[in-house]
Amino acid sequence: MTTLLADPQLHAQAAQGVQSAAWLLIAFPLAGAAILLLGGRRTDKWGHLLGVAMSLASFVVGVAVFVSMLGQPGTGRSRVVHLYQWVSVGSFKADMNLLIDPLSISFVLLITGVGSLIHIYSIGYMSHDPDRRRFFAYLNLFVAAMLLLVLADNYLSLYVGWEGVGLASYLLIGFWQHKPSAAAAAKKAFIVNRVGDFGLSVAIMLMFATFGSVSFQDVFGHASQASHGTITAIGLLLLLGACGKSAQLPLQSWLLDAMEGPTPVSALIHAATMVTAGVYLVVRSHAIFELSPEARLLVMIVGAATLIAGAIIGCAKDDIKKALAGSTMSQIGYMMLAAGIGKAGYVFAIAHLIAHGFFKAGLFLGAGSIMHGMNDDVDMRKFGGLRKVMPITFATFGLGYLAIIGFPGLSGWWTKDGIIDAAFEKGGTSGQILGWTALIGAGITAYYMSRVMFMTFFGERRWDEDVHPHESPQVMTIPLILLALGSIAAGAFLIAGDRFANFLAPVIGAPQVAHKLITPYTGVVFVLMVAGVAIAYVQYLRRPVPRTAPAGSFPVVAARKDLYGDALNESLLMRPGQWLTRLTVYFDSRTVDGLVNGVAAFVGGTSGRVRRLQTGYVRSYALSMFFGAALIVGALLLVRL
Amino acid sequence: MLTALIAIPALGALLVALLPKGRDELAKRAALVIALAVAVLTVVMAVRFKIGGPRFQFVEQHWWIKQFGVHYAVGVDGIALALIVLSAILVPVVVLASWNDAERSGGVTLPPSGEAGRSQGGEAQRSVKTYFALLLSLEAMMIGVFAATDVFLFYVFFEAMLIPMYFIIGSYGGPQRSYAAVKFLLYSLFGGLLMLAAVIALYVVSAKGGNGTFLFDELTKLHIQPTTAKWLFLGFIIAFAIKAPLVPFHTWLPDAAGQAPAGAAVLLVGVLDKVGTYGMLRFCIELFPGAAKWFTPVVLTLSVIGIVYGAILAIGQVDIKRLIAYTSISHFGFITLGIFAMTTQGQTGATLYMVNHGFSTGALFLVAGFLISRRGSARIDAFGGVRKVAPLLAGTFLIAGLSGLSLPGLSTFVSEFLVLVGTFTRYKVPAIIATSGIILAAVYILWMYQRTMTGPTAESVKGMRDLSKRELVVIAPVLAILVVLGFYPKPALDIINPSVKQSMVRVVQHDPKPAIAEKGTRP
Amino acid sequence: MTGHYLVLSAILFTIGGVGVLIRRNAIVIFMCVELMLNATNLAFVSFSRMHGTLDGQIIAFFVMVVAAAEVVVGLAIIMAIFRSRKSSSVDDANLLKY
Repeated sequence: MTTLLADPQLHAQAAQGVQSAAWLLIAFPLAGAAILLLGGRRTDKWGHLLGVAMSLASFVVGVAVFVSMLGQPGTGRSRVVHLYQWVSVGSFKADMNLLIDPLSISFVLLITGVGSLIHIYSIGYMSHDPDRRRFFAYLNLFVAAMLLLVLADNYLSLYVGWEGVGLASYLLIGFWQHKPSAAAAAKKAFIVNRVGDFGLSVAIMLMFATFGSVSFQDVFGHASQASHGTITAIGLLLLLGACGKSAQLPLQSWLLDAMEGPTPVSALIHAATMVTAGVYLVVRSHAIFELSPEARLLVMIVGAATLIAGAIIGCAKDDIKKALAGSTMSQIGYMMLAAGIGKAGYVFAIAHLIAHGFFKAGLFLGAGSIMHGMNDDVDMRKFGGLRKVMPITFATFGLGYLAIIGFPGLSGWWTKDGIIDAAFEKGGTSGQILGWTALIGAGITAYYMSRVMFMTFFGERRWDEDVHPHESPQVMTIPLILLALGSIAAGAFLIAGDRFANFLAPVIGAPQVAHKLITPYTGVVFVLMVAGVAIAYVQYLRRPVPRTAPAGSFPVVAARKDLYGDALNESLLMRPGQWLTRLTVYFDSRTVDGLVNGVAAFVGGTSGRVRRLQTGYVRSYALSMFFGAALIVGALLLVRL
Repeated sequence: MLTALIAIPALGALLVALLPKGRDELAKRAALVIALAVAVLTVVMAVRFKIGGPRFQFVEQHWWIKQFGVHYAVGVDGIALALIVLSAILVPVVVLASWNDAERSGGVTLPPSGEAGRSQGGEAQRSVKTYFALLLSLEAMMIGVFAATDVFLFYVFFEAMLIPMYFIIGSYGGPQRSYAAVKFLLYSLFGGLLMLAAVIALYVVSAKGGNGTFLFDELTKLHIQPTTAKWLFLGFIIAFAIKAPLVPFHTWLPDAAGQAPAGAAVLLVGVLDKVGTYGMLRFCIELFPGAAKWFTPVVLTLSVIGIVYGAILAIGQVDIKRLIAYTSISHFGFITLGIFAMTTQGQTGATLYMVNHGFSTGALFLVAGFLISRRGSARIDAFGGVRKVAPLLAGTFLIAGLSGLSLPGLSTFVSEFLVLVGTFTRYKVPAIIATSGIILAAVYILWMYQRTMTGPTAESVKGMRDLSKRELVVIAPVLAILVVLGFYPKPALDIINPSVKQSMVRVVQHDPKPAIAEKGTRP
Repeated sequence: MTGHYLVLSAILFTIGGVGVLIRRNAIVIFMCVELMLNATNLAFVSFSRMHGTLDGQIIAFFVMVVAAAEVVVGLAIIMAIFRSRKSSSVDDANLLKY
């Protein structure tokens, strides 16, 4: 029981006061979604306003809960709001409870805060879409599901939120369903996610079989008593789930296609919140990963591999959203890497996640603002020189850009450097390899983001003739400005003075040593960053950018094709799957059903032949009667004797 | 109470059948009123059912054929009650959904030219009142089969159920209706015959130890020789496996469900097939616990094969109704898996699965029926971009589809997860293979949705009507039930759980203990 | 002593049976049937004698009555067939088949 006491996360108290009203967090957006979806066209006029109001209301509740949490001592900050008994069968119990602790509230504020900004932005972005109401309904649905995901106090409720955000993502990627590419991308996202969900659900089953419970409290409390193999298995299965949701290798392929959705969706779901759920899952389940170095190592490998792969893909894309999507993959790779490092990394994983939420949402919304002005074109080769015509977008995008490449002082610098340091501090060969990977990744990040920046805002104007770029309305630029402020300040606010580490300490344990701001690697990171920017400067600013993409060498082509991820999926899974399906259908209709029909035909045929015995000749009947009688007499005699 | 539930639709069927010709509207209304009355009565009964009371409630028992110890004995426990409620709710829905379908072949309005050649000969005017009378008589037998606590009575209802369904498919079905109807009837009769033999043998066994009886309660107390028990178990399980249907006895279902009018397909897959799984849970396991354990590996293997095989076949279908039928084969795999996992979670989940699957597949068939009746074709490639012209239709189709892929938040998820977790505690590998079914489910449902509803609007579906008020009234309650039970399954679980526990006690089964013996302390 | 009667009865019965099976003429078949009936009568009477009861003789009377009734109906049918088909061969009356 000592372990129980040591980890305050495990004895959450019942919530009181404002916190017991935490169910409103989910109820508001859920009600919004329900009203907008059931209300139909009647709500078209004010639907978007209701959607924004519900998201803001949820944010206000979140802030209130957060403030009341700050009023409590550090160890008493984990509270459980009991809602109702959900499933209870035999010893299997899963309740709808909300767990309010520093980790979940951080996510709540990110989701509702950034979410509300994106809601507001969407009023302007979607103003010409006849289905704007439906869009807001789906956004609200997403917020509700995402909140359930982070607030759940057991894995089964978490799973509901987990698939709920998957559904919202499906609906929003395929929002423009008349485009076959959007519909296909939505389906692909859902199915790839289902592969991850397979892992998560098996993990939940294994937990129940091992611990007799699926609540965080029981699972983490008894994790140390389970066998090492079981814990590793649970960890790997959770990682599979996290890979699906967070677009990590090998389940990364859906994220780039997901850019088919409207840009606010890419910002909210496929950059700031949903795709980071995998990181949340790993950090939340830290009690399990800490017991299994093997599982942790794999988390780190996945993270490192993805951060490089994502960065490389980001280098070659001409589609601004896809370049950013590659960057998202890469940044989540950083978070995964940090989450896999262990105690030293969790804070940076979550801090990077929050900072990334700000600057990547800002970048995507900026991209949306550009598209808004460029007739929904996404090809950066047709941009250029937008700095002058879209000053606000340029400024906010620029700040986001500086944040993501890790310009000293901005958000990304604080959090990304922390991750790189943590990787090196892990020690050993693996620490060196992972650290250098992260370092190189940082250099590539600087390169591809500078490429985006230069191609879009600098250089000569390469616009189509009928395009007249203009700055977006205020309803879109104000969220951009607020997000830019976040990109500037979030990192310093969280990391300086170990503020965030101390805040999260009740959940993930206090850091052993205070974080050092300046380490030997700080300089290396800076040099690599400058190098990346410089290469991009030479390639895309000093030289003119052709309007059509040059053929490119092998690595460029490979990166353009998402490092052959789709080709691999197609040849390994899709085609064999199609063959298997066809074969099975053939087998079923010919063999299984053929057997059934064969039996029927056999019976029919036999009776047709047997019918011939009815000759109509009395004597043949008499003969058969005679034999029958003889048979009976014989049988009787036989029995008698 | 139960007798009234059986008698009302039976007499109602008679009444509707005796109405004068040409009063179709009256026949429809009468059928609807009767079906609704039964639904209300059933709900009253469910409310009055005492949780924690005796296992069988609302018991009635009279001699029927005294010489052979046959009783008219009815009574419900939680499992039967849940299924009776399912049938009683689905029938009025189906009646309303079939409002304009009876006159047409397979519920399809053929376009004025072109494809008319596919239907069999000149379409004679079909009797509307007969269709509704058949539906009502089917309801009487469905309630009877779930309520019967006498094995012989159960057998009688089990076989009698086939007759109205045979006529509905054979007279009101699609172009290949007679092939489908005969296949359905013969296949089921074959299974029924094996069961009859087993029923008689059961009587003989009971007669040896004193008075011969068919009463379920007394039969469970019998001591049957292990070898005999295995044979009798086989007789029952093959009948139920054909009914359910378990792979490899499944091939009649896609034909029957594909040819039946949509409303009848709802009842066929939603309720009739549940008799098979219900029979496994009630009779196979409780009457022959030893044999059931002995055969468990076989049934589990077939279930897992069914889950994956059915799903793969569903992916490859080109006809919407056949696709849904194949998804059901996959889902029935889950149900039998849960039943034979012999854990509380597995069996409770399986029972809840039966109910949820009734509503979920019911909703899918209903919406598919609406869709098909508008287009006049059931082929998937005949559609495309329907969402643009009929958003409500597409929306309901999507929700029904999502319940088919067990999305959390819809009731099917609760049952599917319970089945899987219940199986996993005892049989890890089958559970893991079965879990892969959730990926395949996403493929077949979403791919179908993508091909029918999204993309550019096909020329042929332009001008398609959206859901009418009547259709909305039909589909809304079913979807509402799916959502409510998804977030709040407690009412259903409270009814089902005690009955499952009692039957677990009867077959002397305990849930496996978690690997960590010490239970966590919960607040 | 009575054993011989039984043997005779069996021989007569066999002759009658074989006649029914191999002959085609309806009249002859009919006579063979009569032969079989009377063979059984003989057996009945013999047994009656053997056991010293009257049961066998009584049944023999029943058989005679039945045989008489049969002759009436059977000959009528044969006559009817002969009139319509101009033949008394049973092979010509084979309509009752598959």
